[in-house]
Amino acid sequence: MSGTTSGTMIDLRDVRFRWRPGDDPVIDIAGLTVAAGEKLFIKGPSGGGKTTLLNLLGGVARPEAGRIAIAGTEITALAGARRDAFRADHIGFVFQMFNLIPYLSPVDNVVLPCHFSAARAAAAAARSGSPAAEARRLLGQMELDADALGPGPAAELSTGQQQRVAVARSLIGAPALVIADEPTSALDHDTRAAFMDLLFREVAAAGATLLFVSHAAGREAGFDRTLALTDINRSAAA
Amino acid sequence: MSTLKAILALTPRSLVNRRVTAGLTVFAIAVSVMLVLGVEKVRHEAKASFANTISGTDLIVGARSGSIQLLLYAVFRIGNATNNISWKSYQAIAERRDVAWAVPISLGDSHRGFRVMGTTADYFRHYRYGTKRPLKFRAGQPFDDVFDAVVGADVARALGYELGDPIVVAHGLGAAGFSSHADKPFKVAGVLAKTGTPVDRTVHVTLAGIEAIHVDWRGGSRVPGLTITAEQVRRMDLTPKSITAFMVGLKSRLSAFAVQRAINGHSREPLLAILPGVALQELWDLIGTAETALAAVSMFVVAGGLLGMLTMLLSGLNERRREMAILRAVGARPAHVFVMLISESALISLAGSALGVAMLYAGLLIGQPIIDARFGLYLPIAPPSAADLTILALVFSAGLVAGALPAYRAYRHSVADGMVVRT
Repeated sequence: MSGTTSGTMIDLRDVRFRWRPGDDPVIDIAGLTVAAGEKLFIKGPSGGGKTTLLNLLGGVARPEAGRIAIAGTEITALAGARRDAFRADHIGFVFQMFNLIPYLSPVDNVVLPCHFSAARAAAAAARSGSPAAEARRLLGQMELDADALGPGPAAELSTGQQQRVAVARSLIGAPALVIADEPTSALDHDTRAAFMDLLFREVAAAGATLLFVSHAAGREAGFDRTLALTDINRSAAA
Repeated sequence: MSTLKAILALTPRSLVNRRVTAGLTVFAIAVSVMLVLGVEKVRHEAKASFANTISGTDLIVGARSGSIQLLLYAVFRIGNATNNISWKSYQAIAERRDVAWAVPISLGDSHRGFRVMGTTADYFRHYRYGTKRPLKFRAGQPFDDVFDAVVGADVARALGYELGDPIVVAHGLGAAGFSSHADKPFKVAGVLAKTGTPVDRTVHVTLAGIEAIHVDWRGGSRVPGLTITAEQVRRMDLTPKSITAFMVGLKSRLSAFAVQRAINGHSREPLLAILPGVALQELWDLIGTAETALAAVSMFVVAGGLLGMLTMLLSGLNERRREMAILRAVGARPAHVFVMLISESALISLAGSALGVAMLYAGLLIGQPIIDARFGLYLPIAPPSAADLTILALVFSAGLVAGALPAYRAYRHSVADGMVVRT
């Protein structure tokens, strides 16, 4: 569960994906390796196969060829339901916007992954006594006061607040890998900087590996390594 | 907490989030459930009440014709008897040892559109309807004098009759007959309470009175020059020579078939005895298609309510794709999304059914006395019958089947979209 284990977190080998047989491949990656605990920035234009790469890493989509291993488990060898369970246990996601179930409270949104992963529920409970208590602690770390936010629906929060709730959710139960997809593109400049600081701090505190995907250049500061998707994805230019 | 429980816990909160549309959908289903159960109840009670238009009477005897025809004119006051029967035959049967009572009735005259029926005071003692309910007087009492009349509830209401009002009987059945028995008016001596049976639309007069108004008549018209006043007629023998039919109560119901056979084989004149329950059932079978139509219409209303639910769930599906994608991202399987949607339709159907049942009982509580007073149909407030529960189970199953379509679409969406909705 913990991302502090040394070694490889993500390992892609000869992965190819296309929507329909006969289409050009959207993804064609010979190799991509991310070390455990690494903070990787992947830069890629919209429509460059970014979303597909995320769906492949999450096990929602399956490549037609190649293998994907995460935290030592070859998810491409797992059946659909097992991939869903693996994603629930090991990966936290933060998306561009609309991360939250609008009618649930911020705390209920953060607790959500614990309903799908017994391991993360156990880890959250071990840390703070209960998943809800851990959700409150994480919201506090993201500089959000759960009591002040109240039991109202998450839809009433500002975009910046919603994105921080989403980070808290991605971290609950200490998943080994956090994948963030343009999480700052809906934020203004000042909020963005504060958000990135919080993200780095909490991912480091959790000992998780961070994969950050964005189309915007000039945001690589603070990452261990930067890759251009166009460099690793041979089909991206096509 | 198990995953399934978590998914099912989301359902009510998701519906509360869309409470206006969800509430209206629940209400639409509730109205349709109330309607279908209400129609079913009225249908059932109307049938029971129809079958008990006359109860406690074991046989009805008239001139030989068809059993439904005899039932129609003797009980429902519809149509005419082809023939009268003789008073002698009546007496012969009334005196049988197995006969407890026999009440003669004489039809043929009318009063302002309502049938006039000549009978004896025994009629009010022996006539039963529904669950053996006796006739009740709202005002007055049974016959005391030859020219006393007792009017049914509808007659009293339609014509505004009170005790002591005069009633002039018209000869024949025309609403405004030229020939009337104006020389010998009756007087309202009693007003019956509503029964929901043809009794409500009947003017009851004494058999002797019927005889009295016809003493100076022969063959349907007044005998020229012969005028007998009401005072003179009282002193005459007013035993009729013939009557239209009579109702028979037996000492033991077990002898009904034997007595029926004996009467049908009566040697002095051709008679027909019918068992009212059997004849009523035959008649209901004839007119029962209306009940089937009613049931069909109410089932269509349920289908309409469920289509409303289908529309609501399907139209909401597109804007909820992000919700599904978020659930997928935190580890939900497409099957979970299916379960979530199907549980929404289950919850809506269930809530709609429950609300519909509640509305039905509330309506019954309020409407029961009104319906009883106005239509004479008593709707008992009882727990849902097995048929009601079957209907509710059918509505619920139909809700699940209807919910399978949006659930399947949501499933397809969540497989195709994955964690990110491409817009």
